[in-house]
Amino acid sequence: MAEKPNMAEGMLIDYSYCTGCHSCEISCKQRFDLPSERQGIKIHKHGPIQNPDGSWELNYIPIPTEVCNLCADRRAEGKKARCEQHCQSFVIKVGPLDELVKLMSDHKKQVLYNVTSDKTLYEPQF
Amino acid sequence: MSNWHWQEGEYEVVRTCTWSPPGEHPVGWSLLLYIKDGKLHHVEGDPKNPLTQGRVSAKFLELPEYNNSPERIIYPMKRDPKYRGDGSKWERITWDEAYDIICKKTRQVQKDYGPESIMTFIGTGRDLWHTVPKITFSAFESPNFNYPHNGWSCYGPRSSICVYVLGAGYPELDYATAFPEKRYDDPNYTLSKVALIVGKNPLVSNPDGLFGHAIVDMLKRGTELIVVDPRVTWLASRAKFFLQLRPGTDAALFLSMCNVIIDEDLYDHEFCENWVYGFNEFAERCREYPPSLAAKITGVDEELIKATARYWAIEKPGSMTWGLAIDQKCNGIQTAHVVLLFCAIVGNLDVPGGVLLGGSDREAPTSWWGWDELDDSIKAKRIGAAEYPAVSTACSTTQPDMAMDAIATDKPYPIKMTFTMSSNPIACPAAQPEWVSKVMQRPDLNVFADLVMTPSCASYGDLFLPVASSGEKDGLVATHYGALTLFVAALVKGVQTGECKSDDEIMLDLGWRLNPSKFPWKSLHEFLTWELNGYGVEGTWEDLRDSETGFVTPAYEYEKYAYGLQTWNGEPGFGTPSGMVEAYCQRFKDWGDDPMPYYEEPPYSPVSTPDLFEKYPFVMTTGARSWSYFHSEQRHISDLRDMDPWPKVQMNPEDAERLGLHDKQWVWVENMLGKCREMLDVTPIVKPGVIMAKHGWWYPEKGPDDTGHGPFGVFDANINNLMPHDKFGKLGFGTPFKCMIANVYAAEGGPDFEAGWPKENNYLDFQKAEK
Repeated sequence: MAEKPNMAEGMLIDYSYCTGCHSCEISCKQRFDLPSERQGIKIHKHGPIQNPDGSWELNYIPIPTEVCNLCADRRAEGKKARCEQHCQSFVIKVGPLDELVKLMSDHKKQVLYNVTSDKTLYEPQF
Repeated sequence: MSNWHWQEGEYEVVRTCTWSPPGEHPVGWSLLLYIKDGKLHHVEGDPKNPLTQGRVSAKFLELPEYNNSPERIIYPMKRDPKYRGDGSKWERITWDEAYDIICKKTRQVQKDYGPESIMTFIGTGRDLWHTVPKITFSAFESPNFNYPHNGWSCYGPRSSICVYVLGAGYPELDYATAFPEKRYDDPNYTLSKVALIVGKNPLVSNPDGLFGHAIVDMLKRGTELIVVDPRVTWLASRAKFFLQLRPGTDAALFLSMCNVIIDEDLYDHEFCENWVYGFNEFAERCREYPPSLAAKITGVDEELIKATARYWAIEKPGSMTWGLAIDQKCNGIQTAHVVLLFCAIVGNLDVPGGVLLGGSDREAPTSWWGWDELDDSIKAKRIGAAEYPAVSTACSTTQPDMAMDAIATDKPYPIKMTFTMSSNPIACPAAQPEWVSKVMQRPDLNVFADLVMTPSCASYGDLFLPVASSGEKDGLVATHYGALTLFVAALVKGVQTGECKSDDEIMLDLGWRLNPSKFPWKSLHEFLTWELNGYGVEGTWEDLRDSETGFVTPAYEYEKYAYGLQTWNGEPGFGTPSGMVEAYCQRFKDWGDDPMPYYEEPPYSPVSTPDLFEKYPFVMTTGARSWSYFHSEQRHISDLRDMDPWPKVQMNPEDAERLGLHDKQWVWVENMLGKCREMLDVTPIVKPGVIMAKHGWWYPEKGPDDTGHGPFGVFDANINNLMPHDKFGKLGFGTPFKCMIANVYAAEGGPDFEAGWPKENNYLDFQKAEK
């Protein structure tokens, strides 16, 4: 059985710098060998839309799904969560919520996720 | 424990770095290969790589699916030339049989026509820019090494201009590669205050020696961006200055920004007086391009042009990275010239945090391997070399349009045999692909070395050599083809797939058979050590593989021109005839062009062809890259295809509404040269009046036999149906792939195979027997 996520842990996304590169999506999908239509983490897009001052807003925001177990088993082995490991912008951090809250106050455009599920929907394949 | 090979639970782990295949530039993703039962099971990024630091792109995470895909061809095979186009006629053969066919034909062509009647073809950016030239010049002893992209419109022009104007190797963004331990925090590095990104989306494309997301690392540390692009890319959305110009008008924009800098006396006087040849004449030229005129030509606001120029001149150091949008226009040479001067006149060349420069005087030094040893009489037969010395002086290739004309016409002599390594001309680099597929029926023997059946090989291939991928071969990855080596790393073989061989192994096998004296290495590893030492790294290939990271970054010297390191005689200065940065380039004049940069309208545009523009009322750019694909590759990898399933053409919502078109509907994109079918993507990423159409499309699920749209439906999907052959700049470079005109209208339904993919093919079942 997969290790259950710890309810005092979560995932912080710094979406100022998420470029929508899909490395997190593929990393997770492979780990759980998910079918085509399923994702363990899914990138959502907002924009591009032009602001009244002429600047452009374009955000990519990854959202972990109920498949995610915060890679509890990998992290127990001293590895990073697989999405965090491969994120090309280093915008994902998985860890204790209290530590992530502190990091969150560092700059704008960040979002903190609590654990998404206490069930095991899919077993990690590696 | 070995640094590169260990056991982890049920997995054997092998550390490797990567280049291509799968198609990729030399980014150097360091991977840990997790191998189970002799097959690649999954990969993990290696955090010890000082540049990528364990990050991996979607394409390389998918390496196991790519390497183990059912479409993979893993045994050599042949097809009688009389059955070209028939996917059922391939038969498995041994490597010896394949090599015998090549050697026999080589000898016959050399004897009956001369070695120049053999031509090789290459694909862009890959781990082949030493392999294919060496095969061409040393094994076949032909001078005709061909990159079949019209007007050589990728990298070659930018790199060549750098040679002619600066006497230096390719310029690159300074992302602190020379400091592997502390990187941006090293005291010898200065963070760029500003980075200029011109016609490039490096987050996606990672081109030639730049790990794109290094720009994100720099943004986090405070670097500001100037982005020049017709599209609102992610980087544009984060830019302090975003100049959304009409495609093809870059030269006017940069001339006017140089004008502002000179006119307002913001230039680096000391540098310009000492190191810029023809500065006063250049200043005069710039005065012809006031910002008001550039605003009219480019569609960029006049005040924004001025503000950007001022910021660039004042906030230093400024770094720069430029994309193939520079090359894909007839006015590309002048664009490259003025962009380099834009960097030079404010003193940003070769300073920490500025524009890195290579020390070499050739476009891609590795692409010249074997050339010098050819007889002069053979060298003189290189197609297009005499007509276009601006191409042939820095590049070791033919002029590509003329090369295709030679095959079509037998003039100046017939081409009887071709050898194509990882290139797919009728799906990707060649304009007028249907015509090319007919022309390529003319040689007696067409050899392909690749990983899957491509539309090109399906159409005119006679022999297929199966190539090993990353993870399946020992090799090296180095940036910029020897022109600017920012790092070198070892590719290490973890698994053997079928009978696949690496490109280097194929090169050595052919060389040892055809002309052994020019291939003195006794083994692949001996060759790789020789290659490694050529990049200025001591020791053997095995030493590099065994080292702690398997990755080295050669020392970088800044301000080489000040210390006599940029010239061949050790004198301070640049490696040009004048010893200076040439704003006035005598060689351009000698070769029949203006010695200084100028702006010229694209050959098809609202200004130069108003009548045609009435019928084809969009300015069209093509070729934006995808997270899923390297040009024409990977359409058969399901996770990647899911992310980007169809060829798309982007159009502004205003235009779509006016034309009654809606998002995700199939449309024809058409102009006077041809048409193709793509899916409409309605998005404000492009301005009204501009469209961007994706390139490199074909449908692996459609199968190899022509059912009305060419093999794998390639002519239904290929945007290059709309591109001109034989239309390039005066010096032989630059076809307007990024500044054409076109019309868009609704297609009745999509391709007939729209429903459901991927559909597994069975036309090469015999290739799957032992998988």
